[in-house]
Amino acid sequence: MGAIYRREVGAFFTSSIAYVFLAVFFIFGGYFFSINTLAAGTTNMAGVFSNLFLVIIFLIPILTMRLFSEEKKQKTEQGLLTAPVSLWGIVLGKYFAAMTMYLIAISIVFVYALILSLFGTVAWMTLLSNFLALLLLGSAFSAVCVFISSLTENQVVSAVAGFVCLMLLYMIDVIAGSINVSWLQNFLYDLSFYSRYYEFTCGIFNLSSVLFYVSTAVLFNFFTVRVFEKRRWS
Amino acid sequence: MIEVRNLTKHYGDKKAVNDISFTVNDGEILGFLGPNGAGKSTTMNMLTGYISSTSGQALINGVDILEDPIKAKSYIGYLPEIPPLYLDMTVKGYLNFVFDLKKCKLPRRSHLNDVCTLCKIKDVENRIIKNLSKGYKQRVGLAQALIGNPPVLILDEPTVGLDPKQMVDIRTLIKRLGKNHTVILSSHILSEIQAVCDRVIIINKGVVAADDTATALSSKVSTDHRIMVRIDGDKAEVLQAIRSIGGIKYVRADMEREPGIFEYEIEAEPGMDIRPDINRIARENSWNILMMRTMEMTLEDIFLKITMGENIVMSGDEKGGNH
Repeated sequence: MGAIYRREVGAFFTSSIAYVFLAVFFIFGGYFFSINTLAAGTTNMAGVFSNLFLVIIFLIPILTMRLFSEEKKQKTEQGLLTAPVSLWGIVLGKYFAAMTMYLIAISIVFVYALILSLFGTVAWMTLLSNFLALLLLGSAFSAVCVFISSLTENQVVSAVAGFVCLMLLYMIDVIAGSINVSWLQNFLYDLSFYSRYYEFTCGIFNLSSVLFYVSTAVLFNFFTVRVFEKRRWS
Repeated sequence: MIEVRNLTKHYGDKKAVNDISFTVNDGEILGFLGPNGAGKSTTMNMLTGYISSTSGQALINGVDILEDPIKAKSYIGYLPEIPPLYLDMTVKGYLNFVFDLKKCKLPRRSHLNDVCTLCKIKDVENRIIKNLSKGYKQRVGLAQALIGNPPVLILDEPTVGLDPKQMVDIRTLIKRLGKNHTVILSSHILSEIQAVCDRVIIINKGVVAADDTATALSSKVSTDHRIMVRIDGDKAEVLQAIRSIGGIKYVRADMEREPGIFEYEIEAEPGMDIRPDINRIARENSWNILMMRTMEMTLEDIFLKITMGENIVMSGDEKGGNH
């Protein structure tokens, strides 16, 4: 797992995806930070965080699109699958590499907070819980997109499909609102990624939401492993 | 040591590999021969755990590849048909990655250095793989398989894309490796198999068509009763004289090698040596024998014979002598 992780992080930087990803994230982050917080003259960063939700919907598929589809296309997965490593080792190595990039990107919010601390008091605990929410959300979304990447050998398909899926997850509330079968509606509301995230940005730390994001991440990584198992057996 | 028992692979209804069994002993080089789509790569992919078998068993050093894949895979160095190279890495970076991936315990620098020297890629160490020629890529692929010094090497068409000089080098290398490794090598270049392998398995349509040493295979279809002679005499007369020798199965003269001089392909009953008779008729008619040789059956002929059905090469056809 370690070898795959290190190679993937390196590949992010040699393939320039890392630079594009970080640059775009920082541009939008900076924009929302200056509009919602600096220009408004507040130390409340809730607005920044709720906007970042949309930004990562666009960016995470770009981060993960290459991970498995490229391997399949270049036939390098044969090297991985015949090496003495477990499937979980392969999948998690790649997943954590993507998560590392993501963590680097979202750590920028601490820089924003430092800037704010020059002008006023920052609610560090709220910030931390927001950061945690963003991290958890990203880990769930990355797992979904890594899974999609394992299904296709075309990076563009992988990115677009990932984007569509994340968009659907984002719109679960909207979809739920238009359904009048009450049990289905409640079920969809329970699956909502956004309302849980919104809770965090309001400063509410809900353990069940943490569990929700973590189990989504685990579930989709498990699916990715199954994709390889299945391919091997078919 | 590799043991394969009744290995079978179905893709839907299609049987890619059907009930293959063989054993490769330690220090043996086994050649896998077969036309395209015969199931060579499928078999190798099953041996290396890349795909699973529908039924049957593959044991690498006694470890079942499906039961304990990680342990079994650690015994194998595999060079697939398309070398699994990350094109955007340098050769050095890539080999270091493979070293880590295989959790290799040997001293890193000296081991990688040895492998690079063996495969003659020392001079491209710091180049990006993308920019290498096909031959170099193939050699990097071979280097990748050798990392960790695995006791079993499985090489799928290792000399594809190399120039003739490099081919000879790689064959020499494989032969050398074969002294302390178990090697399976697939190829459709017959001279390569003949030069390198101790034993040959011919696969056709997913089944083992022949399994023997290269020499034994040739001698099985031994052909000392088939000769080729070049005689300077009138064609019709020569043909008639040859036919008058008892026990001739067929004779044919297709090729005019020199003006007015034909080459005669003669097959007699098995076990019969007709060379003295040929000499006798030449003497009686005062013809000169310009050339005479027995027709060795090459692996090529055997291969064609086995894969295309019987009696392609040996068939005594009716048109013999009618030219």
